[in-house]
Amino acid sequence: MVEVNSVSKLYGLKAVVDDVSVNIQKGKITSFIGPNGAGKSTLLSIISRLISADTGEVLIDGQKINETKSRDLAQKIAILKQSNQLSLRLSIRDLVAFGRFPYSQGKLTKEDHKHIEEAIRYMELEDLQNNYLDQLSGGQRQRAFIAMTLAQDTEYILLDEPLNNLDMKHSVQIMKVLRRLADELGKTVLIVIHDINFASVYSDYIVALKDGKIEAQGTVNEIITSLTLKQIYGMDMSIQEINNQKICVYFS
Amino acid sequence: MKKRYLVLLLILLSFVSLFIGVTSISPIELFWFNDQQAQIFWQSRVPRLVSILIAGITLSISGFIMQQLSRNKFVSPTTAGTMDSARFGILIALILFTSASPFEKMIVAFVFSLAGTFLFMNILDRIKMKDPIFIPLVGIMFGNIISSITTFFAYKHDLIQNMSAWLQGDFSMVTSGRYEMLYISVPLVVIAYIFADRFTIAGLGEDFAKNLGLNYKQAMNVGLAIVALSTTLVVLTVGMIPFLGLVVPNIVSLYRGDNLKNSLLDTALLGAVFVLFCDILGRIIIFPYEIPIGLTVGVIGSGIFIYLLMRRRAYA
Repeated sequence: MVEVNSVSKLYGLKAVVDDVSVNIQKGKITSFIGPNGAGKSTLLSIISRLISADTGEVLIDGQKINETKSRDLAQKIAILKQSNQLSLRLSIRDLVAFGRFPYSQGKLTKEDHKHIEEAIRYMELEDLQNNYLDQLSGGQRQRAFIAMTLAQDTEYILLDEPLNNLDMKHSVQIMKVLRRLADELGKTVLIVIHDINFASVYSDYIVALKDGKIEAQGTVNEIITSLTLKQIYGMDMSIQEINNQKICVYFS
Repeated sequence: MKKRYLVLLLILLSFVSLFIGVTSISPIELFWFNDQQAQIFWQSRVPRLVSILIAGITLSISGFIMQQLSRNKFVSPTTAGTMDSARFGILIALILFTSASPFEKMIVAFVFSLAGTFLFMNILDRIKMKDPIFIPLVGIMFGNIISSITTFFAYKHDLIQNMSAWLQGDFSMVTSGRYEMLYISVPLVVIAYIFADRFTIAGLGEDFAKNLGLNYKQAMNVGLAIVALSTTLVVLTVGMIPFLGLVVPNIVSLYRGDNLKNSLLDTALLGAVFVLFCDILGRIIIFPYEIPIGLTVGVIGSGIFIYLLMRRRAYA
């Protein structure tokens, strides 16, 4: 379990994350939603120790992350930030192999190769594995990065806007993979996501942030209501039930 | 495949390099040298070949490491002020300890080139405009500022002539007793190989490195230290060889990619072949006189550099 205990982060005088406490359940998909500048990405970066909190603490399986060795954490938690603009020419396979760095420190073992193969197969990248990243489409590249995260073989997978710049087909593909990761492999997935309907259809839990504070948290059914969404986004949405899925209509 | 040709070419050119010169030494005489021929062979030809190989290998690898760590294809010891800083260090050593031993010169020059490189990396962090072509221009300006400071102090202390020896790389000055310091670079290449993965991961960005549990700062420091030390050693023994660390890694990157561990050997081979080729060219063009290596590499290298820049534009 990930426990976030009254975490705050200040940029200048502005609290980007303001006294946030939240518990993340194992083996589930938890989505962080909220308007721009709500502090979702910052919170994700704090949980994954990319930036340190000014106050409060984060515990992963009962261990404080600021007291855990970075290399040990890298075997427990993986984060993929948005916009991975690369200037390096790497093949997919090379990139995925770097996911094994926390274990191998550069010297790949048989075990490492097994994980690399699996991750590539899981993301259906076998045919492309020797292509350079700069030859790929946005969707393929995103899949390659997620494959690297899979090869890292961590229990917790954090993704910051994984659907950014993807078309509908690829978005659905990525979300289905995340669902399988939670359901088949028992991974705990945390995502920051803007598309409210993807959050509604694919998550188990939703945490809504606004102005650095938690506005609401709970199961999909608890959060996806007109009233709660109005509190979060300040706009009216009608919620339609289609095929047992809650779809928010907010286009007019 | 390509590696095999490079190795063949390297052996061939090395052989040619040993037997070109004013004093004719032919391969057939190898075992029946007279005293004069043996002396020239062992005190001039062999040291020259060894220093060409080491300089070509280490400068090319340094360039590759720099390009990864700065995440910019156009950053190299020439375009980041590293060489100019090393030269400034040599001048300071000459002024402070008038009869500085080569080792003292090396230490001072190393400290300066390291400081200069770190300063440039800091400037790079602060630049908002991340245009890949803008960065090397800043680096060249930075190098020129340091270079003009060097000239100013050299002028004041009457060391201009002394300093110009380090301005243009020249292998004809390399004789036994004057180049052995270059051997210090050999273990650096080994360290570069051990750290290759770390450099590439660091090149993917700080967040990326942190996620994989890599000590980003350490990788950065080790990388820049390797670059600064090997550049210093080359500048001290041979002089400045411009554009080498820029052209070779970029060509290798085109056909081998940027995974340093895969590309290291190709970079080393191509670097050695390139310098060897330029040196031989410089020795035969106006035979029996010589064109210094700094000039031949500079002309050919800057030509390729312009081509790479134009190509980049076409892509962007």
